[in-house]
Amino acid sequence: MFEGLLIGLQTALSVQNLLMVIGGCLIGTFIGMLPGLGPMSIIAIMIPVAISIGDPSAALILLAGVYYGAIFGGSTSSILLNAPGVAGTVASSFDGYPMAKKGKAGKALTIAAIASFAGGSIGALLLMIFAPALSSVALLFHSAEYFALMVVGLSAIAAFAGTGQVAKALLMTFVGLIMATVGEGALFNMPRFTMGIMDLQSGFGFITLAMAMFALPEALFLVLKPNKVEGGTDGEIKDLRISKSEAMAIAPVIGRQSLQGFFIGVLPGAGATIASFLGYAVERNIASKEEQEEFGKGSIKGLAAPETANNAACTGSFVPLLTLGIPGSGTTAILLGALIALNVTPGPRLMIDEPQIFWAVIMSMFIGNLVLLILNLPLIPYIAKVLSIPRNYLIPFILFFTLMGAYIGQNNATELLLLVGFGVCATALRFGDYPLAPLLIGFILGGMLEDNFSRSMQLYDGISFIWERPMTLGLLAIAALLVVLPSYRAQRARARSEGIADGD
Amino acid sequence: MALDRWIGLILLGVCLAYGYAAWFTMDDNLAPFMKRNPIWPSTFPKVLSVLAIITSLIIVTGLEKSTPKDADIDYRRLLDYNVGQAILLLVLMVAYALCLRPLGFIFSTSAFLILGSVTLGERKWLVIVSTALIATFIVWYLVQEVLGIYMRPLPGFIGGWNV
Repeated sequence: MFEGLLIGLQTALSVQNLLMVIGGCLIGTFIGMLPGLGPMSIIAIMIPVAISIGDPSAALILLAGVYYGAIFGGSTSSILLNAPGVAGTVASSFDGYPMAKKGKAGKALTIAAIASFAGGSIGALLLMIFAPALSSVALLFHSAEYFALMVVGLSAIAAFAGTGQVAKALLMTFVGLIMATVGEGALFNMPRFTMGIMDLQSGFGFITLAMAMFALPEALFLVLKPNKVEGGTDGEIKDLRISKSEAMAIAPVIGRQSLQGFFIGVLPGAGATIASFLGYAVERNIASKEEQEEFGKGSIKGLAAPETANNAACTGSFVPLLTLGIPGSGTTAILLGALIALNVTPGPRLMIDEPQIFWAVIMSMFIGNLVLLILNLPLIPYIAKVLSIPRNYLIPFILFFTLMGAYIGQNNATELLLLVGFGVCATALRFGDYPLAPLLIGFILGGMLEDNFSRSMQLYDGISFIWERPMTLGLLAIAALLVVLPSYRAQRARARSEGIADGD
Repeated sequence: MALDRWIGLILLGVCLAYGYAAWFTMDDNLAPFMKRNPIWPSTFPKVLSVLAIITSLIIVTGLEKSTPKDADIDYRRLLDYNVGQAILLLVLMVAYALCLRPLGFIFSTSAFLILGSVTLGERKWLVIVSTALIATFIVWYLVQEVLGIYMRPLPGFIGGWNV
């Protein structure tokens, strides 16, 4: 492990990679601040750039920097404008915005920055400890277990990602898997479901799909419903210092929430958003009576908790990605797609075959968090001015970047028409309250899922591997439970509230 | 019927078509020796189609009741929003896709950025045109020189090289 640390440090400290971290963090902060644009859109837009760099460690470092930069930037707009740029920072506005209204915007930003830094760094430390352990277990897995593990991951995502609507999330997962079967599979060398269209021979482009699922609908939503940002604070950001007693008050919160956030982030389907809300709720419940009164009115604990938790969860979500090669969230799914495009297959072999990638990413997380702290904190008053970028200029540029990304990836103008078509479909799906992340994750995992399924079918000459391998059976049972339990619970809750209020 | 169930119905149709292809037409041109394999190219799609049809039926029949939540945008009030602008922008994107090759990158992109801003109601012409042109040239330079991807800059008849 020590050796790995050195390799990672050496890679992460190269000039190119340092520039990647700094650039990624700045871009992420900048775009994450703009209300309405989530980390997934930003990462989707950045992928073509990352892929054309060609060096997988640099690409992953850049994208990871963009990811936690976006979460960091999102908290700035939550605090200053009460308009969270990212779902994971919604909970930060509960107490951050009241603080800003009281004229303590500077203090709120400092607390957010310190909490983010601590959450991210402690998260990276935990990642360093748990990822190698998990990947040594994962090395024992056969293709049958991999297949089962992916099924568990997909059903966990469907169970947690939907807004209590498991069927919709499941259907989206299946649609993603179905889309993944279009084109020429690696295993059979025959085109499937191309309907004779040559452009579909190689399947749908992953970048096109990612853009169409996230960036395009978000831009369209910005057009449809201009974000009404009420006043915000009057822009004076001063007095960034926090007192010693305040530091003492938030220290235990940061400690608890780093751990809790990290482990929530590790779970598939539960990411920064759930971690931040849960962190906020837990801290409010265990606070003393007087402090509980403060929550929602500008409590420093209420701000530190979600800020720590969402950053720790971001880092935690890298564990399943790097050790198992199974993404737990939409964002890590996009990262996985980028890695596959760079010919790197994340998974337990990653640490053995290409340790420099694995360790460099972890090291760059420490550097990135430091960059965010020392670079962004003094710059925040100036960056906050950016929030007033006129959307009339911003939106055409976002649309242009999605088009460019799809074009560069495939060098094919048909891809642009596909992008627009899928983008319209995705917007319609969002109107219908269908979650889109499961679709993309299904699409990305589809190929691997089928490969592992086919391999185990061939080894066992049929589907007997399901009951002949106890671990496979156990994992599949967990997957079934994950899908059935939430819908059963929702059913019961609904039965109980029947007669009180039932819309249609 | 609510929008989500209509979407479910459309998806059900798609899944049925997919399932039909997987179950009845795909195996026809499978080589005989492949048929002795435990797994065929159609095996996984067959499983998927069955599962997808079942879940879409659950949604269409309303077996799992959807709980209406206050989404950030409500399709029932769609006409209150700037639908016209959104559709115009989509049309612009399609036009861009069709023009990129024949008219070259520089013309198409600057036109797209300018018209996009104008569609959204911006009227400061000097600012629009200058930001669009500067951005176009910067992106073209980055893509061409830094990323090394060739894009025809000018329309074919002026001297854009043929690709």
